[in-house]
Amino acid sequence: MTDVAVIDYGMGNLRSVAKAIEHVAPRLEVAITSDPRVVLRAGRVVFPGQGAMPDCMREMEARGLREAVIAAARAKPFLGICSGLQMLFDASEEGDVAGLGLLPGRVRRFPADRMTDAQGIRLKVPHMGWNEVRQMAPHPLWQGIAPGSRFYFVHSYFPEPASRELVAGQSVYGVPFACACARDNVFAVQFHPEKSQAAGLRLLANFVAWQPAVHRPVLAVPAAPAA
Amino acid sequence: MGLAKRIIPCLDVTAGRVVKGVNFVGLRDAGDPVEIARRYDEQGADELAFLDITASSGGRDLIVSMVEAVAAQVFNPLTVGGGVRTVEDVRRLLNAGADKVSVNTAAVQNPQLVADATARYGSQCIVVAVDAKRAPGPGAPHWEVYTHGGRKASGLDALAWGRRVEALGAGEILLTSMDRDGTRSGFDLELTRAFSDALSIPVIASGGVGTLDHLVDGILKGRADAVLAASVFHFGEFTIRQAKEHLAWRGIEVRL
Repeated sequence: MTDVAVIDYGMGNLRSVAKAIEHVAPRLEVAITSDPRVVLRAGRVVFPGQGAMPDCMREMEARGLREAVIAAARAKPFLGICSGLQMLFDASEEGDVAGLGLLPGRVRRFPADRMTDAQGIRLKVPHMGWNEVRQMAPHPLWQGIAPGSRFYFVHSYFPEPASRELVAGQSVYGVPFACACARDNVFAVQFHPEKSQAAGLRLLANFVAWQPAVHRPVLAVPAAPAA
Repeated sequence: MGLAKRIIPCLDVTAGRVVKGVNFVGLRDAGDPVEIARRYDEQGADELAFLDITASSGGRDLIVSMVEAVAAQVFNPLTVGGGVRTVEDVRRLLNAGADKVSVNTAAVQNPQLVADATARYGSQCIVVAVDAKRAPGPGAPHWEVYTHGGRKASGLDALAWGRRVEALGAGEILLTSMDRDGTRSGFDLELTRAFSDALSIPVIASGGVGTLDHLVDGILKGRADAVLAASVFHFGEFTIRQAKEHLAWRGIEVRL
């Protein structure tokens, strides 16, 4: 059985995610897969992503992965990364598309025209580089990672969860935003742990060791909307 | 506190090997990209840039294998450029483990490439490299874009080109002053500042670094979001760590 399934829906750099997990957990079987059956059978699931949200949603659905992603996010240790975090929410400003609706909230664009730093110098978008992550609540995935550690970000959109309880980590870029969201067996990050050197590798090691209690019953999986 | 300014060492690659001498103490084979990338990663580089200077198409596959090898062992952001001509080239490099792909000549010849690649993979992974050279003449300074590794004048005004690629979706500009490149006399700060002020996407300053204060000037005076250098790091003159400590001492936020 696959220990860790890295979901492949044709949007970019999945190899780095898989390699980083293999690096921290050499004994685990890590599969990059677009097969819903492999996702459903895997012990834990990583949902990465790069690229424009409308393309990500379309490509994921075109591969018949929607139901498997929803089922995995309700039942097993699940890590969303970047667009893989954004797609969990209700909707995104990017292309004005609906997300999977697994976490309540929306995804918004950085207001580039009105963001400045403390010296009044304009902040650029995309938010690109190493920013500090404030841990807003204790979580097994933060174990051994110093508060305020820097992670690598590269994105123009950020999640705005409907509830404060979902926010596991916060960063500030012009505006404070939720860079890590958690609920039950789901942990999702806007930054790239696979590109964040020691802190990122530690987070991935914590993920593969994580044994979350799954409180939410596995409900019937909603059907994909009619095309 | 917030986003750190980035320091990016740049490596020239041909046929999958790093060229343009890299002299690290204790490094047996200075041409091995994985070993060099790992060394910079250990020093705290914020990203690594690989520039493929291979002219022949036969060598093109080798950079994909090289990126795969580096990305399997070094968990730091990678930007790869040089000879990228099509969306398919972009796709292959991203799949191999590059986080960002930089385009230069092909973007000038076919600006639609920038639009197509960013529509497909997002703005965040498309960097447009602009090689700019000061144009003679009266009035406010202006610069011309060069292509083909700096050999061909394009006739394009650099700042206008920067605005255009931003509008096409580019996520970042790698701005090299051809006048300063290799001179060790510091960045063209006027050029850097002109781009930083005119554009709302990040600007990486490149070309001319000889001292650590040049890096400081690029950020404080040029307002660059990141600074790129090659020789000062390759020859072991300064480590990335020393550069960051210098920037921090001058009040610049860095990742230490």
